[in-house]
Amino acid sequence: MSRVDHAVLAKDFLALEANAEFHDRRLWELRIKRDQQMAMIPEWQELRDRASAIKEHTLSNLDRYLEEFEANAQRNGVNVHWARDAAEHNAIVHRVLSERGVRTLVKSKSMLTEECEMRPYLEERGITVIETDLGERIQQLDDEPPSHIVIPAVHKLRGDVSKVFARTIGSEPGNEDIHYLAKSQRDDTRPYFLNAEAGMTGGNFIVAETGAVVTVTNEGNADLSANVPKLYIASVGIEKLVPRLADLAIFIRLLSRSAIGSPISQYTSHFRKPREGGEMHVVLVDNGRSDRLGMADFWTSLKCIRCGACMNTCPVYRRSGGLSYRAVYAGPIGAIIDPTFDLRKYSELPFASTMNGSCTEVCPVKINIHEQIYTWRRVIAEQRQLPFVKREAMRIAGRIFASPKLYRLALKLQRLAANGLPRFAIYTMLNPWGHHREVPAPPAQTFNAWYRANRKARDEQS
Amino acid sequence: MSSRELILKTIRRNRPAIDAPLPTPIPFTTAPVTMALIEQFRTALAIYGGKTLELPAGMSVQALIDELYPERPALCSATREIVGSHPIPAVNRPQELATIEIGVTRAAFGVAETGSVFLSETELQVNALGYLVQHLIILLDPAVMLETLQEAYARPEFRTAGYAVLMTGPSATADIEGVLIRGAQGVRSLTVILCPRAG
Repeated sequence: MSRVDHAVLAKDFLALEANAEFHDRRLWELRIKRDQQMAMIPEWQELRDRASAIKEHTLSNLDRYLEEFEANAQRNGVNVHWARDAAEHNAIVHRVLSERGVRTLVKSKSMLTEECEMRPYLEERGITVIETDLGERIQQLDDEPPSHIVIPAVHKLRGDVSKVFARTIGSEPGNEDIHYLAKSQRDDTRPYFLNAEAGMTGGNFIVAETGAVVTVTNEGNADLSANVPKLYIASVGIEKLVPRLADLAIFIRLLSRSAIGSPISQYTSHFRKPREGGEMHVVLVDNGRSDRLGMADFWTSLKCIRCGACMNTCPVYRRSGGLSYRAVYAGPIGAIIDPTFDLRKYSELPFASTMNGSCTEVCPVKINIHEQIYTWRRVIAEQRQLPFVKREAMRIAGRIFASPKLYRLALKLQRLAANGLPRFAIYTMLNPWGHHREVPAPPAQTFNAWYRANRKARDEQS
Repeated sequence: MSSRELILKTIRRNRPAIDAPLPTPIPFTTAPVTMALIEQFRTALAIYGGKTLELPAGMSVQALIDELYPERPALCSATREIVGSHPIPAVNRPQELATIEIGVTRAAFGVAETGSVFLSETELQVNALGYLVQHLIILLDPAVMLETLQEAYARPEFRTAGYAVLMTGPSATADIEGVLIRGAQGVRSLTVILCPRAG
């Protein structure tokens, strides 16, 4: 796989000025709403501590809790499947569907099925797959992956959606009224709910002590998918486990507040048993998670509950759009998860960060995201996965910073260059920093020169 | 080796050898139901566009619903307190609810922290009643108003129900430019009527 050049792809997004401006503003709005919710919960930091401790406990005993979940789910009449990778997951889902003659599957949004690229797999085998979440449906109809894990089409504006719907579901061309667009999708989707032979959801959590799959949604589409067709399949990553209902309460209190600044989402649904006369399957998916558990520096990324708070707060994500990461998981959490899937392909993503640490500050399960981003940079440099310009720049910078003499000389040269060089020499391909910004004018004097002139003699006397 | 065994084996080999005890659950006390708690519920649910109504003294729930929907639209009720215009469909025919305008049921309890009500297959009879109809009316006894989610998750219903939902307002979406639309894929309005169980 060739390396994803995040900076180049981000430039494409920034060229859509209205979209880029809205994207930045909308996500920052969510960050502010999240802060307001946090301020209303005096025990917020204690909840984060507990959530982190529960996840660390569960992950270090994951085998035991998975067995407990499986036993309880089976006792409830649920079929439990295990998939070691995406291919096995897709094959299991296809087998369950095809054995029952399913032609249409309605599903709610699931990052895991995106990760497994399940939709094209099923469609190639003659099964119609309908995404029923509005944002995810927009992305499906536009043949694009979701750009945000909670708000899949946040990079689009009403005009974009209007064009997609007019082209695909026959909405009135040019009608950009958001209520009209949402209603068009509702009306178009409803018959699928009524006629599909199977429904599918992901899972935000699974609970070991009750064998429940828990979904947290707002549109009602997950509950329709699971409660109207006879057959219901839930696909869940093995790290989504929590031991007890009492633990689940902590995560439910944190999730929607962190994600969208809302005390709870409209539907927190718990699926434990097949409906009378129905069938329920749960596919537990590994797909690299058990390997990640063994990575000393990165295993805590498995604590993630996919709230997206780190994305909303990240200045790089907000200004580059999720699609520029070319990965299932964008933003800061993507920068630390994606390289575990393909180090070379995603080796640029840990560099799409200002290292401001805001992601770590807002993470409801206290993943040290920015530190892991830094550690990935080291891993990538050591494995020589850096592109040539960055590698050479780092090598030279390393030598300069290691020697005071060289450093001072470099500063002098840089001042001369910034003052004296013509623009074409400063804003070159070798200086990506200058592509969207002006290089600031250097101060008249370096700190070192100022110190020598004003303080050195005095300091040496005392 | 089966995938199950392979996954469990890899986990056992890789799981971090740390001492990470499971925190003891946060203790909670059961607060008496006060007017303040009911107000907290009403305010929380209003954030999601859900309405909370008191039953006026001397009025029956049936009369209140008739007043809310004087045009007498197609109505299915999962509670014996209300007589519907249509019977609840058979449990394996939830699709029949698609033509029903109003669904009525009684919640097992409410949660003031979030403005949520608890429903399961016991309360809904056909789970899709909560989603396929256009408008949902939920009766709630103010005496079973819990203060927090922590308290809610200690209720036995979460251990017995096959399907359980903490429902908070009508379905909604803000997927296009953050503009809030009530009535996404599920019900377009939700009304909670506070009243003790009749009979």
